[in-house]
Amino acid sequence: MKTTRREFIKISGMTAAGAAIAGTVLGQVQKATTAGNESAEDEHEWTRTPTYCEICFWKCAGWVYKNKEGQIKKIIGNVNDHHARGKLCPRGTGGIGSYYDEDRLKKPLIRKVNEEGKQEFVEVEWDEAIDFIAKKMKGIKKKYGPEHMALFIHGAPGKHFEHLFAAFGNENHAEPAYAQCAGPREAGFFATYGVGVGSPEPADMQNSKCIIFIGNHIGENMHNSFVQEVSLAIDNGAKIIVADPRLSTIAAKATHWLPIKPATDMALLLAWMHVLIYDNLYDKEYIDRYAFGFDQLKDHVKNFTPEWASGITTLDPELIRKSAYEMAAAAPAAVIHPGRHTTWYGDDTQRLRAIAIINALLGAWGRRGGMYIGVRKKVPKFPTIKYPHPHWSWKDITKDKYKNAAVGITNVLLDASLPDYPKEHQIKGWFIAGTSFINSIPDRKKIFKAMENQELIVVVDTMPMEMTGYADVVLPETTYLERYDYARDGKNRVAQVAFRMPATEPLYDSKPAWWIARKLGMKLGLNNYFPWRDMEEVLDWQFKQIGSSLEEMKQIGVKTVDSGEDIYLREGEDFEFNTNTGKIELYSTDFAEKGYNPLPTYTKHEEAPPGYYYFVYGRAPMHTFGRTQNNPNLNDLMDTNTVWINPKTAKLWGIENGTEIWLQNQDGIISEFSTKARVTERIRPDSVYLVHGFGHNRNLLKKAFGKGINDVPLITNIKVDPIMGGTGMRNNFVTFLLEKPILKEEVES
Amino acid sequence: MRYAMAMDTRKCVGCGDCVVACQTENDVPIGYCRDWIVEAVQGTYPDTVQMHFKSERCNHCDNTPCVRTCPTGASHVIEGGIVKVTPNECIGCGACIVSCPYNARFVHPEGYIDKCTFCDHRVALGQDTACVAVCPTDALIFGDLDDAKSPVSIALKNNEWYVLAPEAGTKPQLYFLK
Amino acid sequence: MTEELFVSGRHIEHIDPYLNLWGGPIAIYLFLGGLAAAILIFANFFFLMGKADKYPMTAKVSTLIPPVIISFGLILLVYDLHHKLYFWQLLLNFRIESPMSWGAWTLTFIMIPAILWPLIYMRDIIDYLSERNPACRLLGLLNWIDKMANKFGIVRFFIGLAKTYQKPMAYITIVLSLILGVYTGILLSAFNARPLWNTAILGPLFLTSGVSTGAALLMWMSKNHDEKRLFSKLDLILISVEIFLIIHLFMGMKAGPLVQYDTAMLFLGGPYTSIFWVGVMGLGLVFPAILEILELNHYKIPSWLPALFILSGGLAFRYIMVYAGQFSSYNIL
Ligand SMILES: Nc1nc2c(c(=O)[nH]1)N[C@H]1C(S)=C(S)[C@@H](COP(=O)(O)OP(=O)(O)OC[C@H]3O[C@@H](n4cnc5c(=O)[nH]c(N)nc54)[C@H](O)[C@@H]3O)O[C@H]1N2
Ligand SMILES: Nc1nc2c(c(=O)[nH]1)N[C@H]1C(S)=C(S)[C@@H](COP(=O)(O)OP(=O)(O)OC[C@H]3O[C@@H](n4cnc5c(=O)[nH]c(N)nc54)[C@H](O)[C@@H]3O)O[C@H]1N2
Ligand code: SF4
Ligand code: SF4
Ligand code: SF4
Ligand code: SF4
Ligand code: SF4
Ligand SMILES: [Mo]
Repeated sequence: MKTTRREFIKISGMTAAGAAIAGTVLGQVQKATTAGNESAEDEHEWTRTPTYCEICFWKCAGWVYKNKEGQIKKIIGNVNDHHARGKLCPRGTGGIGSYYDEDRLKKPLIRKVNEEGKQEFVEVEWDEAIDFIAKKMKGIKKKYGPEHMALFIHGAPGKHFEHLFAAFGNENHAEPAYAQCAGPREAGFFATYGVGVGSPEPADMQNSKCIIFIGNHIGENMHNSFVQEVSLAIDNGAKIIVADPRLSTIAAKATHWLPIKPATDMALLLAWMHVLIYDNLYDKEYIDRYAFGFDQLKDHVKNFTPEWASGITTLDPELIRKSAYEMAAAAPAAVIHPGRHTTWYGDDTQRLRAIAIINALLGAWGRRGGMYIGVRKKVPKFPTIKYPHPHWSWKDITKDKYKNAAVGITNVLLDASLPDYPKEHQIKGWFIAGTSFINSIPDRKKIFKAMENQELIVVVDTMPMEMTGYADVVLPETTYLERYDYARDGKNRVAQVAFRMPATEPLYDSKPAWWIARKLGMKLGLNNYFPWRDMEEVLDWQFKQIGSSLEEMKQIGVKTVDSGEDIYLREGEDFEFNTNTGKIELYSTDFAEKGYNPLPTYTKHEEAPPGYYYFVYGRAPMHTFGRTQNNPNLNDLMDTNTVWINPKTAKLWGIENGTEIWLQNQDGIISEFSTKARVTERIRPDSVYLVHGFGHNRNLLKKAFGKGINDVPLITNIKVDPIMGGTGMRNNFVTFLLEKPILKEEVES
Repeated sequence: MRYAMAMDTRKCVGCGDCVVACQTENDVPIGYCRDWIVEAVQGTYPDTVQMHFKSERCNHCDNTPCVRTCPTGASHVIEGGIVKVTPNECIGCGACIVSCPYNARFVHPEGYIDKCTFCDHRVALGQDTACVAVCPTDALIFGDLDDAKSPVSIALKNNEWYVLAPEAGTKPQLYFLK
Repeated sequence: MTEELFVSGRHIEHIDPYLNLWGGPIAIYLFLGGLAAAILIFANFFFLMGKADKYPMTAKVSTLIPPVIISFGLILLVYDLHHKLYFWQLLLNFRIESPMSWGAWTLTFIMIPAILWPLIYMRDIIDYLSERNPACRLLGLLNWIDKMANKFGIVRFFIGLAKTYQKPMAYITIVLSLILGVYTGILLSAFNARPLWNTAILGPLFLTSGVSTGAALLMWMSKNHDEKRLFSKLDLILISVEIFLIIHLFMGMKAGPLVQYDTAMLFLGGPYTSIFWVGVMGLGLVFPAILEILELNHYKIPSWLPALFILSGGLAFRYIMVYAGQFSSYNIL
């Protein structure tokens, strides 16, 4: 193997101290888990503290229960919270395991070169780690300017470091949750309605009579209240229509499952528009009142008949027609769910435009059972002095290319981190917090090249994830159960603010993000931006601005505030949309101006070469991405993924249920590990399916190591969305290897 | 009083929340479970393939072979038909495990036999069992069959249902709605 | 295609993917129980028939075996418990519906006559053995036991009592032995949850098999031509009965409902087919039967040969029934 400056450190300098602490925690875990039948133990002596869950980004509010000894016993959803509705999903319930996980990061680590010239991680005190980072950041600032760093974030730690970086004079932050996830949806809906979708998606499913899912695999995608709403919809007898190459969980519950050929959804959507318009099924009054560009659209979809789409999608034209009639019959209490992970094929913003347009034809937006208009009560920021104005930011390197990118684009910042990128905007340091980075952004080759060009890589994480192996400094954050964070104050049907506080003292030498950001800020001389002692002071001030207090929030966890706004359009209400025309833009004037297609069209995508299959990935309900595989409770529920193969395809290959297989993609990339085949009728013969997040190759993740196949390295053909810059990741194809392949690395060494 | 559980296979998404919730509520050790999820697939792609999930646990049978075959009386039935094991009376002979057609019991690492208790400690306080309380889709329904107004009685009245392996003759009290 | 799978990561030791909680210890325990029962039945029966002196091997010497193997069986039973330190709970309770409870109590009760019987005949046994094999290592131990038994008044008293009531004791012992023999079969068939065991044939089958192994052992040990011949004939009859019962068992199952059919198929084309038909049926029953027929027809066959096959066949039969029974299940997934 080639040695690089940033050699992946497999084994960190675990010292006796770390091991000793691990020992005591192990004891605790055992006590907590093997206490026999004493669950009836005096539960009334237990105490509870509020939290909102950090295992995914739905942020459900809950209560953390502790016994007399102060051990965390369970986490239960908050009944008053609209995200939780008194329940947590399996990952939230199992969130307890993220705290008890023995493999957690335990002390700050710095990459050093030992006497033998080998790189290794050395455990250091926080002071030394923060000093080291501050010195490097000052160095970059002096040498290039503060703008020449990038902050990659996701989840609660993000806000704390965004503040730090803004104070430092840097706005280059980006999340995989945009360019690898919901970006196309936000751009597509914004172009149509002048407002994005946001999270939770305001699909009014619990009141809907017909819900349409394009891919969107709810039930496996386990966003909590989302799943609860679908269950209510089933109770209400709502029709469910699902287009998915796989009999997903929701497809199995659907009235109509459309086993669509991958990458052809646009044809289906256009055909639905055709039927809705030409069979006069659309909401004429709604379109007349609110929409712009209907005639152009009508013209545009004239030839997109179900018969035309059938040839592309392999779907029965009658089924296409029937499903269009079904949704029209339910309209306006009908909705095509906007989806969430939408970076599929590169023309994704346009596909999401098509979805937005159909919702308009159904008269769904702003209607009961369609899409409600979310409301919120924003918690004001703690006042500090104004941030310095950076000389340049992500916008300057993104906006002329991807004109509708609304926030920083991870892959653009990655490009800017390459050594051959123009010096004036080149990134020389990465600060990563709460994203697994290498396991969420595709194109590893590029990542490794960019990594080599960095003078500093800091990773703040709770677990020794793969990315920490490439860091110069690793900072162990406490889990969400051991810390304060900013309150959750996003949109929902009612305005709610949810609060998180530490349930216990942090395990090990871990620190919360706010503490790390503040400490680093002080070291960087940014004291004026941190005019507070701790988060309690900040939160108390913030809560008082919305008529509550830290004291009250500790008691209630979730505060509901009357926003006084309606979540549906009133009958005949005139509504000014935030678009150029003030209307719902079926025809996008913004796109027309910027040279993008103002109406969505079908483009043919690559097809699987002979012997290869569409590489389809998704979620399992009990795991979040690649972050929960080592969680003892969730690992217990599902410890590996399998490769789903249709029996017809399997027969061709002589593959049986349980056959050990490796995957190889169209570019010759072979999966590092093997896994078992699952031969199942639940998938098209031309596709294979794999749950994202498995196949960890860091042995410090003892439970997860080597289990399953990681989809990320197999995603090498990336189609970037020209409108917002997202990385389409589904243009990849795989074939099967039935014998252990000799990996390139082994040949080289 | 006759406690029973119904599980709605139309709504369950197979998420396993009921399994983790049971684990944390009842200190079920890692590697073991009192309830579990089964995925059942039938038919052929694309036209007839169907799939549903079942969340399974001890059926708290009316006719309990596990209690009958227990040589010490550790396995017993309490108020409401809940089948329980007293750890300190259990010798770990496994007779009850072998006599349960549903494989609902297991040997706890401490040696005694453990299984679903219908969360009697919660039920006694008028709460739902932990798995029922957590289920995001409300696919699990608990209650007293002797009370016509209990959720489980209503669910059984308004739906078609079946039980698992009725031919085993144990009169199981976990009903699957279809 | 149909698929049924656990999606919540259920793989509990000994239970998933199929039950294998009971293994070797239980199989051996059942085997020894059957064997002990058979020996006691023969010994007591010969005694009652007044043939104790004619067939001293069966009526006297062989009774050394039951107390030893019954204790060993009990040790295995306790060893197999998962909550061993609580084993005494077994003897605090008698549960009329629990075969385990029956077993524990039967074994406990039968130990009394099983121990007394060889003590009654200890001198005869020692004489018998030293006459035929003065170098026998066992003799030292037996002499020591005899000495100890005579040393303690209380033991002498009980032996005396036993001698006085030897006849009624023999009746009781036969009854207890029959219970023990049937119990080893009933134990499994009480578990309705396992379709293979859920049949009324299992009790008689295990009893027959147990008696046949006992007869084989006695045939082997006996040095008396008549005694050998008697047991050889008896064994032939028992083997025929066994084969009949086994065929009946599978035919019945095959004609039964789906679960039973599936269970039968474990042995008629499934994973247990070859081991059962070759190991148990072939080597354990048919082959020794042929040997015995040959022997009865005056071919020179060493008697240990068929005996060994019958005994191993009997043990293998129990192993397979224990494992396959747990493997068979109702369709519950
Ligand atoms: N349990 C769990 N839940 C989660 C998450 C998690 O990690 N774990 N993550 C959350 C996040 S951030 C997101 S973004 C969401 C993602 O969840 P979704 O937004 O639901 O993601 P999708 O990519 O739409 O869903 C994958 C599905 O798309 C299907 N599919 C693949 N290719 C095609 C195609 O060409 N056409 C069609 N019609 N379907 C196709 C696959 O078969 C699969 O069923 O999940 C959220 N919920
Ligand atoms: N191949 C492929 N790539 C994908 C996807 C896919 O399905 N397939 N999904 C895409 C989607 S939809 C999204 S949203 C992105 C998500 O991608 P990411 O935002 O990278 O999310 P995770 O992979 O969950 O990484 C979260 C990281 O934060 C750490 N972490 C967890 N809790 C804490 C905490 O409290 N503090 C700190 N500091 N760290 C914490 C975890 O250990 C983990 O390393 O991935 C995208 N990339
Ligand atoms: S959906 Fe589940 S994992 Fe996500 S925040 Fe809610 S409880 Fe936590
Ligand atoms: S929690 Fe509910 S939905 Fe989830 S697996 Fe259990 S029963 Fe099914
Ligand atoms: S399911 Fe099994 S353990 Fe539960 S009561 Fe019935 S037989 Fe007993
Ligand atoms: S294992 Fe325990 S509960 Fe089960 S039958 Fe034996 S003694 Fe009774
Ligand atoms: S009723 Fe209680 S013990 Fe039984 S499976 Fe549900 S949570 Fe577990
Ligand atoms: Mo996402």
